[in-house]
Amino acid sequence: MRILPAWLREFVNVAANDRQLAEDLTSAGIAVESVQEENGATIYEMDLTTNRVDAMNHYGVAREASAIYDVKLKKVSPMLPERKTRQSNSAVWRAPIGMTSFTKDELNADDSTTAEAFPIVIEDAQGCARYTARIVRNVKIGPSPQPVARRLELLGSRPINNAADATNYALNELGHPTHVFDLDLLEGGTIIVRRAREGEVLKTLDGVDRKLSTDDLVIADGRKPVALAGVMGGFDSMITERTKNVLIESAWFDPATVRSMAKRHLMHTDASHRFERGADWGITPLACDRVAELILASAGGELHGEQIDTVARKAERASIALHRSEVNRILGIDFDEDEIQRILGRLGFGVTRAPEGSFSIQIPTWRLDVEREVDLLEELARVHGYNQFPNTLPAFTGAVVTLPDEPKNAKLRETMLALGYDESISITFVSEQEAKAFASSHSSNTGLSGAPSLGGAPAEPLAIANPLSEEAGYLRTSLIPGLLNMVGYNLNRGNANVRLFEAGEVFEKLGDRSIEDERRHLGFVATGDAITKSVHSAAQPYTFFHMKGDVEELLAAFEHQELHFDDHTPPYFHPGRSARALMDGETVACFGQLHPDLATERKFRQEIYIAELMLERVYRHPLREPRYQRISKFPTVERDFSFIFDEAVTFERIRSAIEELGLGELQKFVPAEIFRGEKVGAGKYSVLLHAEFQSNERTLRDDEVAQWSAQIVVKLQSLGGVLRAQ
Amino acid sequence: MYTVPKLEDYSPEALDRAVADLRRALAEEEASISSQADWKAFRDRWLARKNGILTQLNNLWLKPCPADLKRTIGQIINTLRPEIEHFVTHGQSRDEDIRTVIDSLSKDALAADRLDITLPGIQRPIGVKHPVLRVMDEIVAVFKAMGYSVGEGPEVETDYYNFESLNFPPDHPARDTQDTLFIAGQESKPARDRLLLRTHTSPVQIRTMEQQPPPVRIVIPGKVHRNDPLDATHSPVFHQVEGLAVDTNITFCDLKGTLDHAMKALFGSSVKTRFYPSFFPFTEPSADMQVSCIFCGGKGCRKCKFSGWIELLGCGMVDPNVFDFVKHNGYDSSKISGFAFGMGVERIAILKYEVEEIQLFYEGDVRFLEQFA
Ligand SMILES: [Zn+2]
Repeated sequence: MRILPAWLREFVNVAANDRQLAEDLTSAGIAVESVQEENGATIYEMDLTTNRVDAMNHYGVAREASAIYDVKLKKVSPMLPERKTRQSNSAVWRAPIGMTSFTKDELNADDSTTAEAFPIVIEDAQGCARYTARIVRNVKIGPSPQPVARRLELLGSRPINNAADATNYALNELGHPTHVFDLDLLEGGTIIVRRAREGEVLKTLDGVDRKLSTDDLVIADGRKPVALAGVMGGFDSMITERTKNVLIESAWFDPATVRSMAKRHLMHTDASHRFERGADWGITPLACDRVAELILASAGGELHGEQIDTVARKAERASIALHRSEVNRILGIDFDEDEIQRILGRLGFGVTRAPEGSFSIQIPTWRLDVEREVDLLEELARVHGYNQFPNTLPAFTGAVVTLPDEPKNAKLRETMLALGYDESISITFVSEQEAKAFASSHSSNTGLSGAPSLGGAPAEPLAIANPLSEEAGYLRTSLIPGLLNMVGYNLNRGNANVRLFEAGEVFEKLGDRSIEDERRHLGFVATGDAITKSVHSAAQPYTFFHMKGDVEELLAAFEHQELHFDDHTPPYFHPGRSARALMDGETVACFGQLHPDLATERKFRQEIYIAELMLERVYRHPLREPRYQRISKFPTVERDFSFIFDEAVTFERIRSAIEELGLGELQKFVPAEIFRGEKVGAGKYSVLLHAEFQSNERTLRDDEVAQWSAQIVVKLQSLGGVLRAQ
Repeated sequence: MYTVPKLEDYSPEALDRAVADLRRALAEEEASISSQADWKAFRDRWLARKNGILTQLNNLWLKPCPADLKRTIGQIINTLRPEIEHFVTHGQSRDEDIRTVIDSLSKDALAADRLDITLPGIQRPIGVKHPVLRVMDEIVAVFKAMGYSVGEGPEVETDYYNFESLNFPPDHPARDTQDTLFIAGQESKPARDRLLLRTHTSPVQIRTMEQQPPPVRIVIPGKVHRNDPLDATHSPVFHQVEGLAVDTNITFCDLKGTLDHAMKALFGSSVKTRFYPSFFPFTEPSADMQVSCIFCGGKGCRKCKFSGWIELLGCGMVDPNVFDFVKHNGYDSSKISGFAFGMGVERIAILKYEVEEIQLFYEGDVRFLEQFA
């Protein structure tokens, strides 16, 4: 919205120049975003907060200036011929719903034989609290006079004709939306404010036929709707060059009603913008007269009778108690009573002093945003100037606590970084296909679901009602799709060695509760070389076992009895090159090579390794406490065993078989070398197993080591192993 | 015991003999070292500044020699000096095993064993923290140091926590500014239970106050979502750091002082702050805070659009209506007061690192990420 400082200076005498005024307004919360010169005029581009609809006009900004500089705000008093100031329907009494009103003066029409009563009926007092109108006859519709047209143009509006421009001018001046009807196109000699009837249609000023619903509030004549209340006038009753007589509407419509209509009809107009945010109930007579004054000045004609002011309900404001002690308690400084009176008085509040540093404050009708004492504190603070308050630091008596997962998150992050993975953040949204393909429910038959089971209901992905796009229609159920997108982005740009991780939330609908739907995962992806080629060494490609080592490294940070790996993995993994990790019997991670079909789909030309840890499960284990163990003073005895096994005998089987022997002095048992090939025979492999024995208490004797070695050989032979040499 | 002879015969043969005698003595004496004390005596005998053998060579060989031979004698001494030093160094770690190694490394072999130490080292690169999370950590650390605990809350929120309890009434225009993404299929639920993606970290204010009676000091880092397609200046995903302090004594001056202190801790003690009135449904009074431009110091530059100031965060005194939602837990707005603030982390990261496009943060391009090592 634009404000012309020259215009607002008509209402307030400010010594500061335009730039200083802009700065001072901004400091008080009436933000002037920029000050420009255009066609010889200074223009403020305003950036007002949504609560300050009262300041979205020149008079409202002038009022702020009057408070800032403590100068008088001039009254707006339209000069009308045969001015009779008495109000026809006094606002003192509460009008019943459906009340009809007209002026007595109208009935005793002064000079005109055509004078007639023009009743205005508000059938819906909730939607329309007040409707003020005037009739002007014998106008000549044409272009607006230059000063009016110029101001509208400076504000960025296109002048239309003198009647329409009068409403626009008054809107910019006083902030109240008004409307002008061609009186002769209104049928039935009446205005009725009511809800639309089923099946009614209204062509609005923009030429669109609007199907109305019974939720719409309309202005109707005796037969049909002629305007969408507070949103837009009707096409068929609009002002044209042929218009002779006009009816000026200045009404107050309910914010929620206008808002729902504007939403329903997808219309956003200057009028709806103001009514939605709360217009000034008290200004309708003044705005009505101001439009009349402008029309008379620019289009001639004469007033027909008196102003018709119909009040269906009062929207006057209660008064609020304000205490100096509360000002001090919240703002932290003391305001003296004169300053309180001065600031609030200039802003149009009625200020009455009460005993013991308190006040009774009458809230003006245009300040719908002020309802409570604390709102008055803000008025005081902003006019006083936020930067005039000292900076202090509060004392504090509470304790600092750490979230239980904070050290765990930190440990994993530290480990990922140390392992050479870059931290990344992907977009949270995935396509329906991705949400389902990577869902935990999808793989629940492998026992992989990270989701706590809730009455056996299968987990479902969460769709977004208003997504950014179809490909982003769901919340991610896994971190893998985001990581694959990022890997793809890198590969397409020639970054062949990529290691990325992301720690973040994944989402699934489990039951009817919200919070458990959200689980924290750690995902990572690697492709290319683990060790890049250099002058010192050849490249070493990243393999499954690099990833397994990384997973082991991460999980080693948590207390557990047993870490077990098997090949039950979801279908997006290469079936023979992927694993899941079970910590004390519970699935905590899946990792391995991306399924070649998926890799092809995404046009990946190199092997991609992915891993995902279900942190809510991992975090059930405390972080491992370091433990000290005395280092043995006695020598280690090493033995190697060379065996041939069937391919079906995995190392895990060998390891657990040896573990079953329960040899206390066997400190280490690892595969040292593996061979496959013709010499070994198809379906078989040769493995060199390395054992280390050591005792904490004594030097081991040859005969005991020999005995243990024999036990190991027998055990391995029981797995079908053939001893080659020892 | 070897003593440095005076040179009378300057023939090459005589000189060679003298050098060979010295070398033999050096090796023999070093070989006989068997204790730390031996070594010290050996070191002093050969290298002592005052009358060590090396010094004597200068006095007895170089000084008296004929002028035309100065150069030759000087070169001989220059060759001997590092040899003496070498034996002294090795003599220190004399023990039988090491002795063998040293013996086996002939001087020549050692001289030939040279690396081109100017070749690049073998690097095992460590990963890099994401720039946004790195900035977030810095902000959180500042508030932790001021006595704030870290709070957290879910990213999928209910209407109640994201809006209603923060004083956004249903159908209020202030909701329009939030560009909320809603979860589908919520129609059958009461409005306040409907799920959405939180548009700010402020819901954690209420969640924290529900859990914990006053006093409260928390800082809440977190991810939020809005219905803004990803482009150079917008992102549907971004991060905020929220703060909340509630106690019996919190004032608007404390809000200003706390943020001023935090900004000085973050950007340096010369940074200034200023506050402007603003509007947030959950604070009253509300303010926008600006810091003096961290790039030009306030003189005006491209980054601050030549204003000298950068708008950094929104804040205000907690609205009594918000306290009313947690009144049962000790939050009686007539007895306690508080302030809240929230800042966009990406915005600060963009300013700090001069990143041109916000989307760079979410593409995972390692060439981008690895610049923040
Ligand atoms: Zn600057």
